[in-house]
Amino acid sequence: MSSADLTSQRDLPPERKVSAKGDIAPEHDGPRDTGMDDAGLHRWLERTWRTPSGIVGALSSVDHKVIARRYLITAFVFLGLGGLNAVVMRIQLSGPQRGLIGPDLYNQLFTMHGVTMMFLFAVPIVQATGIYLVPLMVGTRNIAFPRLNAFSYWVYVSGGAFAWVSFALNMAPDVGWFAYVPLSGPEFAPGKRADVWAQMITYTEVSSLAVAVATIVTVFKQRAPGMSLDKIPLYVWAMLVTSFVVVFAMPAVMITSTFLILDRLVGTHIFNPAEGGDALLFQHLFWFFGHPEVYIIFLPATGMVSSIIPVFARRPTFGHLGLVLSLIAVGFLSFGLWVHHMFATGLPKLGASFFTASSMMIAIPNGVQIFCWLATLWDGRPVIRTPLLFVFGFFFIFVIGGLTGVMLASVPLDLQVHDTYFVVAHFHYVLIGGSVFPLLGAAYFWFPKVTGRMMSERLGRWHFWLAFIGFNAAFFPMHLVGLWGMPRRVYTYPAELGWGNINLFISAGALLFFLSFVLFTFNLVHGALKGTSAGNNPWDAGTLEWATSSPPPSYNFARIPIVTHIEPLWAEREALPVATGLRVDARELLISTVAEAHPDIREKSAAPSIWPLLAALAVGGTFLYSIFTPWAIVWGAAPIAITLIGWFWPKGDPEDEE
Amino acid sequence: MAFAFCVLFLQGCAGWQSALDPKGPAAGELAWLIWFFTALCAVVWALVMIALAAPLVMRSRSGDEPLLLDEAAERGKMRVVVSAVGVTTIILIGLTLLSFFANRTLAAIGSEAALTIRVTGHQWWWEVRYEDATPSRILTTANEIHIPAGEPVRLLLTSTDVIHSFWIPSLAGKLDLIPGHMNVLDIKADKPGVYRGQCAEFCGAQHANMGTFIIAEPRPKFDAWLNDQLQPAGAPASGEAKVGADLFLKRPCVMCHRIGGTPAGGTVAPDLTHIASRQTLAAGTLTMSRGNLAAWIADPQGIKPGSHMPVVELSGDELNAVVAYLEGLK
Repeated sequence: MSSADLTSQRDLPPERKVSAKGDIAPEHDGPRDTGMDDAGLHRWLERTWRTPSGIVGALSSVDHKVIARRYLITAFVFLGLGGLNAVVMRIQLSGPQRGLIGPDLYNQLFTMHGVTMMFLFAVPIVQATGIYLVPLMVGTRNIAFPRLNAFSYWVYVSGGAFAWVSFALNMAPDVGWFAYVPLSGPEFAPGKRADVWAQMITYTEVSSLAVAVATIVTVFKQRAPGMSLDKIPLYVWAMLVTSFVVVFAMPAVMITSTFLILDRLVGTHIFNPAEGGDALLFQHLFWFFGHPEVYIIFLPATGMVSSIIPVFARRPTFGHLGLVLSLIAVGFLSFGLWVHHMFATGLPKLGASFFTASSMMIAIPNGVQIFCWLATLWDGRPVIRTPLLFVFGFFFIFVIGGLTGVMLASVPLDLQVHDTYFVVAHFHYVLIGGSVFPLLGAAYFWFPKVTGRMMSERLGRWHFWLAFIGFNAAFFPMHLVGLWGMPRRVYTYPAELGWGNINLFISAGALLFFLSFVLFTFNLVHGALKGTSAGNNPWDAGTLEWATSSPPPSYNFARIPIVTHIEPLWAEREALPVATGLRVDARELLISTVAEAHPDIREKSAAPSIWPLLAALAVGGTFLYSIFTPWAIVWGAAPIAITLIGWFWPKGDPEDEE
Repeated sequence: MAFAFCVLFLQGCAGWQSALDPKGPAAGELAWLIWFFTALCAVVWALVMIALAAPLVMRSRSGDEPLLLDEAAERGKMRVVVSAVGVTTIILIGLTLLSFFANRTLAAIGSEAALTIRVTGHQWWWEVRYEDATPSRILTTANEIHIPAGEPVRLLLTSTDVIHSFWIPSLAGKLDLIPGHMNVLDIKADKPGVYRGQCAEFCGAQHANMGTFIIAEPRPKFDAWLNDQLQPAGAPASGEAKVGADLFLKRPCVMCHRIGGTPAGGTVAPDLTHIASRQTLAAGTLTMSRGNLAAWIADPQGIKPGSHMPVVELSGDELNAVVAYLEGLK
């Protein structure tokens, strides 16, 4: 095993210095991994990095893999709940004038469906996948700001619980997932339902911003030596771009929901036209976030596709640079097209046309991605396994969604289909095709890494075909029923409009699609309990997460790998070169330079702590209280301050005092 | 595929609320645009699918070393990818220009509109006011909009509560009614007929039951209708109707509804001066009939849950009397 010792002149422990008082500064250096044998190294690292035992220990965990697993399971539970909402709605709509549920419950159901899928499932699950994979892919031992990461999970869970407990109490928001004013304003939404919407947004956005910051820093500063910008895996690029989009987009929606709460709670008139406010301002603010949101969900999925295709095509991705530039271009352009959600509001025609052009333009980088993936596949018959099947499903569905997106970008055409089932069909093609299918592929692909076991290939194929047929049966006819005049968000429709049969067909497809997830759940549980052992690298993939054991140890890598190629495991078939010199008795990370990933300094990673949980409870409690009174901000400040002081209290770590 | 679905669910294609069944110049232009975009997108999609399926018939390279690539083949691929991106760009520019010019065509439709109608959205009905320079010629009605066929008509759209969206798919695209804003939509029906539409922007509990109708008639018939509607309500014809008229004025009905020529002057609910001349009740929820009128008055919350029409306690006889009165308001 070749190795490069990082204990260069610069990194050596400082010379013992005589302080002003005359005594000798203590020697802070402990044992290092240099020259240590594998078994000893494992013992040291496991003791240093493991999650403490017991309930408090588990709640204190800052291991990115533990947090990510919790995130993934929680988000999957919310997917199930959101899916059940959809099933109930589809039964209600399966025929004209059906009386299963009334408008009051229906309006809560579709709002909860949207809110759950967007804020409690889609964004958290793509970020959670990143929390798990990014540190492994860049070859580091933990995510940056691990306590912030743990905090983000607790805030997310409290937000989700808050929304669903409200639903159980019959006070779930019923104003749609974008909650337009004045409908959600104080005059037309009495009670607390709209406040629940506004504050749930705040929970999830705080959590999502925290993860984004941690991801950006991990990618910029914690890459393994040698992983210069041109050797960063595409998935990591996708998460980096996504995180930047989160950082710039989420504040817009937090301002929107905060303005709404202010209007409702303290009587500001920001959105009230009668008092000089403006109802359209809400839409601009919301969609300035809302459109990038789509790409926050979609870009990580492109990273998954870029990870799966080369493995099964048995070659590196074609056009790596083009794909990276496309990701960045999409990230930028996603901020320039929000107005295409507002074409029907009567904007000046020339201004609207500008947004037609910008919306059309984003199809170009997305086209580049599609073409590069196809070119990757053109080298020969790929190995067809379940993950690749889902990627094929992604192409089939997402390209339809993208093309109907081109139709919606046209102002005049949009005026016919806006707010109809055509749009419902479009965004499910984009979001399910563009994100859920790659996520399902990713689940099959990385499941062995997470659990150490394989999922059943046979059930996987059944799952794919059931999901593929169910999805298309449910959503393709929606294009038509939309063109036939059916608006979205109606709890029923008259028989004489002739939408009955097609809606029955759609409902049957939706049920089939739901069943595919039942099968998937079974396959997950079955695989986790009885799956065949996977080994480190069951697919013979090329990126770093496959270099460590499955599941990875608490410290991820016994020795930090050195990266020499974009697909390091394909380039170094024998063994990866490694870097040594890190301490094993402390949670030390190797920090590298942003562009070239030259090893720069050794840095401590935070130890487990219960404070992030307590801080999240304080923050969550404040958010919850604030839907009742503005004084919540005053009373909530105290527990938040106390928990944050506890969190950041200096630990007497020698390094802190140097 | 779309065609196959059309055949499968044939009844939907010939609907009276369909963007694919245009009855006016704006919807005609849009239907053409929809079909053109659909056809072009279908071709693009088919090409991508062929490119995706192509490797399935190739020789497997799974035995090869993954990093061993054929340089010449890679260069060839680069040429294909770059040309595909070029073609994509050209198509997108073409579609952008096409939609720009379609927008100009639509804008030209209402340039010489003679009739202006103000449509105000309410939860969950439409207030319709025919503007006129002479105040006595201003007509206020609800939910059903009569227009002269073959003539462009200008609609001024606004709202007094939440955002609604006015959409008659077979005549034109939709446009929002936003409180504090005034939008202008020009429509034209080529032939006489009844064209249905409904609110397209989610507006609360009864968004689903906020229908509206455009009733296009030949000019003379339209003028006659307008003159009829401008008359105050007729006197109750029977004794029962007279009792009903008195009840209407004594009970809460009068707080919200207006009946021209009587002291009833409420403006928060639909004008009932000529309610019996309309085809539907409660914004397209029920067809107009004696039984439906009675049902609607007796149980508005059962028929349209959440609606702002309260239950007014009436005995059986009282209900019959009120219905008899309203039924006479042709």
